[in-house]
Parts: sequence; structure tokens; C-alpha cells
Amino acid sequence: MRNIWSIAKKEIKTYFSSPIAYVVIAVFLVLTGFFFYSALWWFNSQAIQMAQNPYYAQQMNINQMVYTPLFHNISIILLLMLPLLTMRLFSEEMKSGTDELLYTSPLSVSQIVLGKYLAALVVLAAMLGLSGSLSIFAFAFGNPELPQILNGYMGLFLMGAAFIATGLFFSSLTKNQVVSAILTFGALLLFWILNWAAYSASGIWKGVLNYLSIFQHFDDMTRGILDTKDLVYYLSFAFFGLFLTHSVILSRRWR
Amino acid sequence: MIEVEKLTKKYGDLVAVKDLSFKVGKGKIWGLLGPNAAGKTTTMRILTGYLPATAGKASVSGFDVFEKPNEAKKIIGYLPEVVPLYPEMTVAEYLHFVAAIKQVPAAERRPALERTIETAGLKDVRNRLIQNISRGYRQRVGIAQALIHNPDVLVLDEPTIGLDPAQIIEIRGLIKSLKGDHTIILSTHILPEVTQTCDGVAIINEGRLMASGSLEELTASFRKNVGVILKLRRGHEEALAVLRELPGVETAVRHNGELAVEWNPDKDLREVIAQLVVEKGWGLLEMRTESLDIEDLYRQIVVGGIEQ
Repeated sequence: MRNIWSIAKKEIKTYFSSPIAYVVIAVFLVLTGFFFYSALWWFNSQAIQMAQNPYYAQQMNINQMVYTPLFHNISIILLLMLPLLTMRLFSEEMKSGTDELLYTSPLSVSQIVLGKYLAALVVLAAMLGLSGSLSIFAFAFGNPELPQILNGYMGLFLMGAAFIATGLFFSSLTKNQVVSAILTFGALLLFWILNWAAYSASGIWKGVLNYLSIFQHFDDMTRGILDTKDLVYYLSFAFFGLFLTHSVILSRRWR
Repeated sequence: MIEVEKLTKKYGDLVAVKDLSFKVGKGKIWGLLGPNAAGKTTTMRILTGYLPATAGKASVSGFDVFEKPNEAKKIIGYLPEVVPLYPEMTVAEYLHFVAAIKQVPAAERRPALERTIETAGLKDVRNRLIQNISRGYRQRVGIAQALIHNPDVLVLDEPTIGLDPAQIIEIRGLIKSLKGDHTIILSTHILPEVTQTCDGVAIINEGRLMASGSLEELTASFRKNVGVILKLRRGHEEALAVLRELPGVETAVRHNGELAVEWNPDKDLREVIAQLVVEKGWGLLEMRTESLDIEDLYRQIVVGGIEQ
């Protein structure tokens, strides 16, 4: 555990002593803020119109009308930005030769992998935590339901954790950071839209493709529904990514 | 202390190291000498646990590097050929991180850091970013990271490569000062490095061990003749003729205005020759013994392909 933390601390320090973390977080917050603002503005204008009609005014729901689309937007931003956060984790070490220091230290490969994973999770948590501060406005001028919002954020975090594990895997494959980012992005996007293929599939494949699609599992969470099926999906996605990373590193050294 | 036994490493069909065996005693500095691509780096990477071997054994202080990798790694300090530095860290931050992953207990990290900074001469740059320090200092940081956990064994891969002559002398001095407390194995393709810093040498070429032993042993075993070099003011032709006739002399040749005389190692003709030269009045300017140094040895082994 101590070893995992040593690696994680070093990675976090690297993120924050170079522009990477700041740029990723800043751009993420600007985009999230913009989406939040537009959604809120639209909700507001709807509310003014609906105010004429008490029946429709009852139907206005800030969670459904602001947060559900916002979470979808954030998930897309994460899909675009997390590969940029993970691309350097192993690629840079391989390129600069510092992996030789790590692998000749009394550390296990799993400790190194988990340490790096943890560091990226911390940055993800910082991104989501800071974007959560936007909700102050929603709470100040409306009455959204907190558990539903928290559920959405948890969904984003779990999804991000799965994305990061995927990114870590592709980073362990290549010395080239750009290649690592592109492969991660391509793989994630493919998993995202896998349910499209389910429309034309039949029988068991329909179910399998639907189950594998990232999007399918996220939809419920944005509505405030927490299903163990989705939880298991994200956790096993992340675990599989980490397991593959571990195998790649071990097998490379045995070649 | 360091034992390598019949080590073999193949990358696919390429054999990088074949049946390599050598031993380094405690507290000695041993040089791994060979041309580029001889298998020096591969050997070191296996010894430090970065690469597994295809066959054979390697152990450090009795810990087999394949069976007890973590125990072995704890007592090895390793400077790879490409110094593994994180440019965005300061020297102190970096050494602190290395101390942590080398399992130096938290309470001992601070003193270990101070000791290492002192030994490696890094006081002036301790709080500077690694990306901003000179090549010579980076090499020192590399040696410092190998020393931070006070390992019994130091493995240094080309420790002076890419440095200017003044820095090379400094680094060699630093390495020599570490002898005794640490058993050191260093690789190099620079001959004087071995004669100046090492107690013994293992010469490898194309992944095979060509010769190994202490410097004295090796030069002795490769010397077939002994001899002297004479520098005379006059009478070269006559001297050559007379010396060739001298009992015991095998060859006498003129080379760069000097005369090189060689004889069988079971005799010592130095006194006889000195007397003769003075008697004949050839004007002796200089007389020195010619020793077959490590350079000749290396040339013989690597170029000539002689196996011991």
C-alpha cells in the first residue's frame, strides 16, 4: 500500500508541476460551465413560459431538465479529455528510460500500475469535484434533489475510472503518447456506440452488445437510478483494463 | 558478492549474452569491458532484475536475482546507461522519491538524502529542477539515486559516457571513493577507465566472456615476451645488429626512432643491455620497460579474437 502511494504521489506531483493537470481541469471546467449555463438558461426561459400555466409548471424538474443533459455532456467531455490525462503514464516512462528505475526497484508491477491509476483518479476526482461547485447556483435559485445529483456524479466517476484504466492499458503499449491517446479515444468511442450495432443484431448478440456499451449503463445513472448491474459493469471494465496493463508490462519484460 | 553463472539471454534469434560466468569479490571494483553491442548492458539489466535471463543464474550477496528479486533489488544500486531522471522534479524531490521506492524507511529518508547529496557533491543544485542542471550534475544525480539506499552492490552502466574530460575525472574519483563500502561493477568501452578505476576486468565480446581476472593476472597471462625500449643518440644500425646477436634476445626492431628489444620472460637482460649500451657509447637517452598493457590485451582479444 505504501509503495502504491509513493508512486501515486509522484504522479500527482508530476501532473501538477507540469501544465497538464491545470490545462485539462481548466478546459473541462470551462466546457462544463458553458453546458451548465446553457441548460440552466434554457430551463429558466421554459420556466418563465410555463409560469402562465400552473399545470405545466408542476412538471418542471430541474434534475431532469438541467442535470440529466449536463451529465451526458460531461461524459462526452471526459471521453475526449481523459485519454490526454492517461497518455503519458507509461509512455513517457518508456520513452525517457525511467521505467528502468521503477522495474529495478523492489516494487511489484501491480503496485506500479495501481499507483499510476490512483494518481489519475485523483485528478478525475478534482475535475468532478470542482465542476460540482457549479451546482451552488442551482441550489441558490431552485430546489434540485441532491441524491440524484450525487448519483450522477458517482456515475461519472465510475465511468471515468473505466476510461482511465483503458487509457493506462494503451499507454503501456507504446512509447508514443499521441498514439496512446488516439488508441484510447478510438477504443472508448467504439465501446460507447456499441449499442448502435445492437439495433441490427439479433438473439443473444443484441443483449451482449447492449450490455457492453458504455452509454447504456450511464443513462440510468443520470436519472438517479443506481443499478448494481451498472456498478458491476464499470468496476469490471476498470479491473479488466488494469489486468491487461499488468499483463502487457510483465510480458514485455519476458520477451 | 556478485556471481554470474552460465548466463544466456536471447532476444528472439539474437543471442545477446552466451554462457557468461564471472565473480566479483566484496569491496572490489570490476569493469565489464567490451565494444558496443557486446552484451554489457544486457548483462547488467539481468543482474538488476530489469530483464529475465533465458538461462543461467545470477546472484547478489547470495540472493538469486530471479528467485528473490525484491531482496536482491534492495541491495543493488543501479545507474542505467540512460540516467532515469524526471526533469520536472528538483534534485531533492527526485532523490526522496527514489528513497521511497527503494524501501528506505520514512524516518531514515531525510538522513539518507543528506548523506547522498554530500557524497555525490550535489549541494549546490539540490533545489534546482533536474531539467535545468548540467550533464555532469545529471550523471551525479544518477549515481546519487543508485546510492540512496546504501546498497552493498553498485551496478553502473557506462557511468562516464557523454561527459567532458574534467567531469570524467571527477566521476571516476567519485566511483573510486565508493570502493570498499560497496562492491561495484561498471561497464565501459573506454580502456583507460578500467586501468584507472578497476581492480579487475571481465572482457566480453559478442556476448561471450573472452577473459576475466585482476589486471595483474590478465596482463601477466597475456605477456609472452618481456623487453625494453631504448632511445639512443647514435649508432642505431650497429646497436640493432649487436643486440640481435645477444644471447636470449628474440627480437630487436627499430620503431619510431626507438629500439624495441624483447626476450624470453625467464631471463632478465636489462642489466646486460644497459651495460652494453654504455660501453659502446651509443649515447643512451632513455631506457624504459615495455609492459603489455590492458590496451594491447583488449586489442588482442577483441580484434584478434583470441580466447583465453
